[in-house]
Amino acid sequence: MPGISLQSTLEILVRMILIFSVVFTGVGYMTLVERRVSGWMQDRIGPNRVGPLGLLQPLADGIKHLMKEDVTPPGAYRPLFILAPILTLVPAVLSFAVIPLAGSAVNLRQFGLPWDWEIAPYIADVSAGLLILLGLASLEVYGVVLAGWASANRYSMMGGLRSSAQMISYELALGLAVLPVILTSGSLRLQTITHLQEGVWFGFLPRWNIFIHPFGFLLLLVAVFAENKRLPFDLPEAEAELVAGYHTEYSAMKFLMFYMAEYAAMITNSALLVTLFLGGWQVPGVHLPQPWMALVQAGAFALKTFFFLFLFVWVRWTVPRFRYDQLMDLGWKVLMELAFANLVLVALLTAAGIL
Amino acid sequence: MGSLEQILFLGAAAGAIVSGLMVIWHRSAVLSALFLVANLGCIAILFLTLGGQFLAAVQVLVYAGAIMVLFLFVIMLLNPAASGPRFRTGRAGTGLAFALGVLFVGALVRGVWGLRGSRELLTPVHPGFGSAVSVGKVLFGPYLYPFELTALLLLVAMVGAVVLAKKDL
Repeated sequence: MPGISLQSTLEILVRMILIFSVVFTGVGYMTLVERRVSGWMQDRIGPNRVGPLGLLQPLADGIKHLMKEDVTPPGAYRPLFILAPILTLVPAVLSFAVIPLAGSAVNLRQFGLPWDWEIAPYIADVSAGLLILLGLASLEVYGVVLAGWASANRYSMMGGLRSSAQMISYELALGLAVLPVILTSGSLRLQTITHLQEGVWFGFLPRWNIFIHPFGFLLLLVAVFAENKRLPFDLPEAEAELVAGYHTEYSAMKFLMFYMAEYAAMITNSALLVTLFLGGWQVPGVHLPQPWMALVQAGAFALKTFFFLFLFVWVRWTVPRFRYDQLMDLGWKVLMELAFANLVLVALLTAAGIL
Repeated sequence: MGSLEQILFLGAAAGAIVSGLMVIWHRSAVLSALFLVANLGCIAILFLTLGGQFLAAVQVLVYAGAIMVLFLFVIMLLNPAASGPRFRTGRAGTGLAFALGVLFVGALVRGVWGLRGSRELLTPVHPGFGSAVSVGKVLFGPYLYPFELTALLLLVAMVGAVVLAKKDL
């Protein structure tokens, strides 16, 4: 292990605070974006009363949730009842730590500041970064199933079991859809995968993985929608079913943690889609001196991620939701087979030297 | 071995031991399963202190994230009573269990005691331990046949489960 000095600890802390506060602010404003864009699609205005354009709405929501009465149902198993929202939120936010936001580190000296601090564009540069992300995504299932079980409510339990069965089914398709990208990139490290997507073909087409693996991209997109329990895959949470599913009995802050966990997982999965298929922070054809290049790359990354977040909200109000058996059929009978076929095809092409 | 590494190792090892003990001590099956998940997390941290990032990630992804989730499913669906076992072991059974336990602990202690002061404990692992490359080379090299046979074994288990569960195929 490398030596830990005060400076490197401070650098790591600065990165953690910066990136995690970006994620949490993003989560807060995603609630507003969701409501405004939903309103726009439904030909109405969303919340616009609190602050200019409704920009202080997430603050109002947070205060409301903090001040609400926190009800624990009698007969609920308290330690797991309290642990469940934590187990859902922490992996969702933590998995953002391995995603690179820019191409190279930024030194504070380059901004004219007197300290010689390097701020790397990620919190953790792990050689198995993609696997850590997938592993943390599979830990989110615990929060769901424990929330259902610890609620002392038969319908919550059923909702929890159904939601978690859906999540583990689509985790399979998710992993298999990601595998061809690992195959052609030859690395599990997200920064390496992004670096390999630089340059252009024929002078204008960026060398992004979506043009090499279009089918894998579609498979990952569908799997990510299902994994996050977003429409059209949100049957366990639909109002007409099982009340609110596994988080029926949760109120106030614990419910807000589930809500935040959903958006945090959306942000992390959008970032994953962008990193794997859309070239991450790559901006083809733009060359600027450091540190401005890093800032432009981070801005490009944010724009691409925001496109996918908008897509999540867009699809929500575009397609009707699946019935549970249709959902499970799709996961096991369609997506898994297609993902396997895609993997075999890419493996054959890679072995033949074409990819 | 810096002090941060020692703290991390001691913390993860203590966590692994405590959660392992709680697995067998706790009355409720669900909590036992969750303590097993905590144990696996601690072992993943131990892999990380050795530099095996791939192994740590796979430990969390496969064991803690998939296998234990299915354990939890089964436990929650079958809902075993948390009020203790339905039969009682006789005194001969308890005595035999105790004797076997003492023998096992004695063998463990003797094995660890023999290693004290040995140079083997201080050799660092080779670079690339637990990385995707080294695991892949071993898995597709010398251990290819056992790997494929294990996959076949899992397939057999799955087919058996489907046959047992479905009344009419």
